[in-house]
Amino acid sequence: MTNEAKRQLAIAACQVRMGVVTATHGAKAGHPGGSLSAAEVFAYLYNREMRIDPKNPKWEDRDRFVLSKGHTAPGLYAALAYRGFFPVEDLPTLRHIDSYLQGHPNMNTAPGVDMSTGSLGQGVSCAAGMAKAAKYLGKDVNVYTLLGDGEIAEGEVWEAFLFAAHYKLDNLCVIIDLNGLQIDGATKDVMNTAPVDAKLEAFGFNVVSVDGHDFDALEGAFASFHGCQGKPTAILMHTTKGKGVSYMENQVGWHGKAPNDAEYKIAMDELNAAMAELEAAQ
Amino acid sequence: MSDVKKIATRDSYGNALVELGRAHSDVVVLDADLAAATKTGTFKKVFPERHFDCGIAECNMVAAAAGMAAMGLVPFASSFAMFAAGRAFEQVRNSIGYPHLNVKIGATHGGISVGEDGASHQCCEDFALMRSIPGMTVLCPSDDVEAKAAVKAAYELNGPVYLRFGRLAVPVFHDEATFEFQIGKGEVLTEGNDVAILANGLMVNEALMAAEALKNEGISARVINLCTIKPLDEELILTAAKECGKVITCEEHSVIGGLGEAVAGLLSEELPTPMRRIGVRDEFGHSGPAAALLKQFGLSAEHITAVAKEFVRG
Repeated sequence: MTNEAKRQLAIAACQVRMGVVTATHGAKAGHPGGSLSAAEVFAYLYNREMRIDPKNPKWEDRDRFVLSKGHTAPGLYAALAYRGFFPVEDLPTLRHIDSYLQGHPNMNTAPGVDMSTGSLGQGVSCAAGMAKAAKYLGKDVNVYTLLGDGEIAEGEVWEAFLFAAHYKLDNLCVIIDLNGLQIDGATKDVMNTAPVDAKLEAFGFNVVSVDGHDFDALEGAFASFHGCQGKPTAILMHTTKGKGVSYMENQVGWHGKAPNDAEYKIAMDELNAAMAELEAAQ
Repeated sequence: MSDVKKIATRDSYGNALVELGRAHSDVVVLDADLAAATKTGTFKKVFPERHFDCGIAECNMVAAAAGMAAMGLVPFASSFAMFAAGRAFEQVRNSIGYPHLNVKIGATHGGISVGEDGASHQCCEDFALMRSIPGMTVLCPSDDVEAKAAVKAAYELNGPVYLRFGRLAVPVFHDEATFEFQIGKGEVLTEGNDVAILANGLMVNEALMAAEALKNEGISARVINLCTIKPLDEELILTAAKECGKVITCEEHSVIGGLGEAVAGLLSEELPTPMRRIGVRDEFGHSGPAAALLKQFGLSAEHITAVAKEFVRG
């Protein structure tokens, strides 16, 4: 990947972070931590990886994305808004009464959302069903789904993994955000899901472990997905929860809490500085 | 009754799926290792490439069906009622009901007539669970003819539908040549003005037999088949309540949350009418032959007759 392509993606990721902070501040609620840890992959998917058309969000042959960790809707909404699916100015209406930006993604209200999610463990099953349907229909459609590392304690996730491997869904890309934290504390203390790589290998996946904030690494991971036949791919992203906002990084308390006015200002100052640096680097 | 043809509605389901599959290439079927029992195996024999076994994993099956519907297919997801409506309730609610996806849930082995398997498999709560989900259509056909028609009607309707079928072979009393089925419309099977008997599933035939017995007692009963539990045929029920003045509901389901409570809810708001609810009374089933269980739990023509006599004569 060229430095310029990387810079553009970094700008897109920084925009996602600004959108996350703005949306959760506007909502006075929501989940910034796990939205920020996935900012790079949101940016990568919607700007480089997926075949989509923001002007035609229901295009039949588009690639699909299912946010299985639906509480990180602010990250998805920010990526969609900056990609042109709906106005960026609407992000602060997140969670407001009568807003189309529901607390968890609603496929019938928010343009670009391919599946309603929110109840953990279900999105990955929906994504597997979509991938199976694409194969049945003979469509060249890839299905991407993003899970949290806390989420994979749900038994249904492993039912879906069995299904994906059994039906050789090589058009399914499961991305797991291993940010190490969940509501009640560190994932290793709440319910240890490690080692995720060995488990998924045993389940028959093509497993790629990457630094989830490194675009070159993400590019390599998606290349591995495209090159793999006969089995689904799992991209295990090692990330920092709350990444990009200094006081949120690696803080379990920022899983599901909105920044107040003062915190909002600090976060936006940091992100504006990061953006200015990226823009100056041209 | 020995000359009456008997067919389990789960067989009707399997046969109807084959017909539907022939007519529509978007029909796919999912099962959770019960294809031989739910009779989706009948479909699998004809269309193996369109039948997806999901293994013993109902939650994933139901949500995967939602994903398939989002891709434009019309999936029929099947298991026993206990597991389709019970175990996977939240997947039905959140992944099918909330986005209002076009998934049909074909649930077999509903009710106490599952028989020898006992309480763990005798689901008497599925109507209650499914009718509580906004936008969910809930059907419980009474015989082979109606079951096949219901499967086709479910396909034609764009939205989630729950269909409950039975394990036990039950008499076929509809005439296939003349039968017309419409979701949301009840069917008046006998005219009468002393009492209205509203039933669904295998209880419709029991209600018809009860009406015969009541006729001999000088009581005229209006038997109405309410295959569609949701949306309820309110007009037909209100007319029957007005003209008969007494209403009995009969269902192979708990009296909590099913047809009886749906009808009671309507009448209590629109036209308070004395009622009797026949169904399973807040208890679990147990093992035994289906016919004996139905008798023991009061899900029989004899019990309906006795309740109606006492109700009408006071």
